Amino acid sequence: MTKVLRGLKKAITRRSVLAGLATAGVAVCAAPLVAVAAPEQVAEEVKKLTGGKAIAEGKIKLDLPSIAENGLVVPLNFDVESPMTEKDYVKTVTFYSEGNPNPLVAAFHFSPLMPKAAGQIRIRLAQTQNIVAIAEMADGKFYTAKREVKVTIGGCGG
Amino acid sequence: MAAPTPRVRMPATAKAGEVVEVKTLISHEMESGNRKDKDGKVIPRKIINKFTAKFNGKELMTVDWHAAISANPYQSFFVRVPETGTFTFEWLDDDGAVYKAEQKVTVG
Repeated sequence: MTKVLRGLKKAITRRSVLAGLATAGVAVCAAPLVAVAAPEQVAEEVKKLTGGKAIAEGKIKLDLPSIAENGLVVPLNFDVESPMTEKDYVKTVTFYSEGNPNPLVAAFHFSPLMPKAAGQIRIRLAQTQNIVAIAEMADGKFYTAKREVKVTIGGCGG
Repeated sequence: MAAPTPRVRMPATAKAGEVVEVKTLISHEMESGNRKDKDGKVIPRKIINKFTAKFNGKELMTVDWHAAISANPYQSFFVRVPETGTFTFEWLDDDGAVYKAEQKVTVG
């Protein structure tokens, strides 16, 4: 898999990646007076999604490094347990950040044609914080998982 | 700056019904909208906000991306190959531009 990644990375010139990283590094930075998303803001977003319904623990495998050396590119791996059949599948998986300027990270919308509710994305984290995942099943049930990521060099370069 | 270039890595052949991993990458700055320029003005957000995967024109999955997605976004996931056909992937920019990549997979 590393070989494949290297191959993919070569396609993007070093210059464009550095330009992207330089921008990205500063991009996550909040100006001193800009508020950072708080756990309460995430709870509000989650409530919008679930309508206040009960959320159970389990089903979600959420992998993030416990310590991220570089806040600009933090890999997030997930896998939600489900048979992924027409009647029983994962409808959405939504990720939230409790410590970035914006509380929303990404939302996956799966059809039952997808064999797995799983994947990897790479995210920017401004500081040490919790990442929250909410999985919504076709039968209307919700599940959640949460991971703390310690960020040594934040998406703000220090 | 070069135009955003999408790349897809997935097998070109598979058995009927096989589950394969798809790795995607697109070069894009993903300007978050949280930055300010040297005059103190906020640099407007410009990110790719949606990813779509289809097989023979039928939608499999969509993903909403927000400002926390890293620059030069990488995303991997799994698809099932039911028969010979073409997977198409689309990335939608805030400015309305759509970037596309496709991969034909042969079942044999």
